[in-house]
Amino acid sequence: MKILVAVKQVPDTATQVKIGADSKAIDTAGITWIVSPYDEFAVEEALRIKEKRGQGEVVAVTLGPERAKETLRSCLAMGCDRAIHVNDPALADADTLTAARALAAVIKQEAPPLVLCGRQAIDDDMGAVPAQLAEILGWPSAYWIMEEAVDAGGKSIRVARQVEGGLEVFELPLPAVLTCQKGLNEPRYPTLKGIMGAKKKEIKDVKAGDLGLGAVERQLSVVNLEALPPRPPGRVIQGDVATAVKELVRALREEAKAI
Amino acid sequence: MNAFWCVVEDDRSGRPKKVMAEVLGEATRLGGPTEAVWLTDQATDEGLTQLGEWGAGKIWLLENAAFAPYRSEVWAGALGDLAQKESPKAIFGPVTSRQRELLARLAARLGVGIAADAVGFALDGDKLVATRPVYAGKLLSKVTWAKRPCVATLRPNVFRPADAQAGRTAPVERPAVSAPTAQMKFVERREEVSTGLPELTEAEIVISGGRGMKGPENYVILEQMGAVIGAAVGASRAAVDAGWRPHRFQIGQTGRTISPKLYMGFGVSGAIQHLAGMRTSKVIVAVNKDPEAPIFKIADYGIVADLFEVVPQLTQEFKRLLDK
Repeated sequence: MKILVAVKQVPDTATQVKIGADSKAIDTAGITWIVSPYDEFAVEEALRIKEKRGQGEVVAVTLGPERAKETLRSCLAMGCDRAIHVNDPALADADTLTAARALAAVIKQEAPPLVLCGRQAIDDDMGAVPAQLAEILGWPSAYWIMEEAVDAGGKSIRVARQVEGGLEVFELPLPAVLTCQKGLNEPRYPTLKGIMGAKKKEIKDVKAGDLGLGAVERQLSVVNLEALPPRPPGRVIQGDVATAVKELVRALREEAKAI
Repeated sequence: MNAFWCVVEDDRSGRPKKVMAEVLGEATRLGGPTEAVWLTDQATDEGLTQLGEWGAGKIWLLENAAFAPYRSEVWAGALGDLAQKESPKAIFGPVTSRQRELLARLAARLGVGIAADAVGFALDGDKLVATRPVYAGKLLSKVTWAKRPCVATLRPNVFRPADAQAGRTAPVERPAVSAPTAQMKFVERREEVSTGLPELTEAEIVISGGRGMKGPENYVILEQMGAVIGAAVGASRAAVDAGWRPHRFQIGQTGRTISPKLYMGFGVSGAIQHLAGMRTSKVIVAVNKDPEAPIFKIADYGIVADLFEVVPQLTQEFKRLLDK
């Protein structure tokens, strides 16, 4: 079974981000880039499905500038078989729908029965592309899955998705799109052999034209980025524990009106 | 018509969730007209009354057995057909497990943009601009749409809820909309063992325990406090990764994003991953032995002390306060 995993390169959470000169995007100088953490759960799950079935192919795909190849290399080092890089300046600063249309075009060419995504990318936290892929492709989708099982014939998948207050179990005919999150698995670390092997694996570059994408009209655009408004200065309550606790409760009731 | 649509999140038993007061309230604040769109297998009169009291000027009721349980392919199809016919100017819903997926799918169906997890809106003329946290909540991004309807999900506990006006009623319209046949089949629902405490993302008060809790057995003292003040109890990533709490209780990146009226962290250091999930909380309290813990930088009130001394006394104080 072929499984396609859509991944995104994002700044490391711990990285300091600065607003760029045009105030619409961050200044990328000095940023440490990583595979979006949720995507690692998706890659891991795809590899596990392949290993369990004893056959298949896991293809990582990303949309992004040249540096996004590093993210694909990381996925290949984890064990993905090959990668596709939608690498076209015409798609820079894509909104979710533009990204979904480009990725859907790749999926149509590759025709995998299963597409796995991370729950959301930790840069813009939209979490929209997987559902939009499913809509464009006309496939069923399930978000925030906590377990899955592909049937022996590879025709359907049973998933448990996280909802408020519990899990809902569904059976989806394939092809389908799923989003993966923490709790589904424990992503593996690439081995040295995996890292060396990744250098020999194929990363195919594709352009908007290869995907038959017409003029790109963005539906959502950034007006500007802003720093957070400063929080009012806080105070550390002094005194022994009994005094501090009393003062905290008084302040929460009388000043903050929070209780 | 050109209304603000608010897609109803309900308790699956015919009653809208409280967060709908916030969504309806924000639509009204932006000038309305405010309309609720409710996809359900069975609405209740009580639920319809509630939506009217919260300011819905009209309720589109799509009642069909096919809408339970929620499946995005079915909901987005029905909602999309209705939206194409009625041309709302915006479609809002709260951030929930269903609507995160539903409204993204709907936006693709309608060929419009979506702003997920918005924390603010402004009108620039008749152009809607949404504010949303990005980069682990370190920056705010203002976004706008190329065309209508403007689709967005709203972070719970951020927007001012509509004041319920008793006696205000809304006309109910039942449009002829068919539900697409679902490809995915429902198998079962597994309920979580209830803690008796509110759900993390919905709670007005959240108590969180970090590495300083020292072990899973100690969370009971936070649950006791939670029972007194009606708070949900969450955990930091460090505590979840140590196996002390199930993943569904994790606050922060790779966990849940919360924005309660009051957040109290005990033994939580305030790593950037944690702050990403709670920094829009209105009032932040931090209790930590380490005066250098980063969480004190964003806390409104801090106590530098051993949480095991503070928690029992604080629970007693809350009990005394609330018993009065």
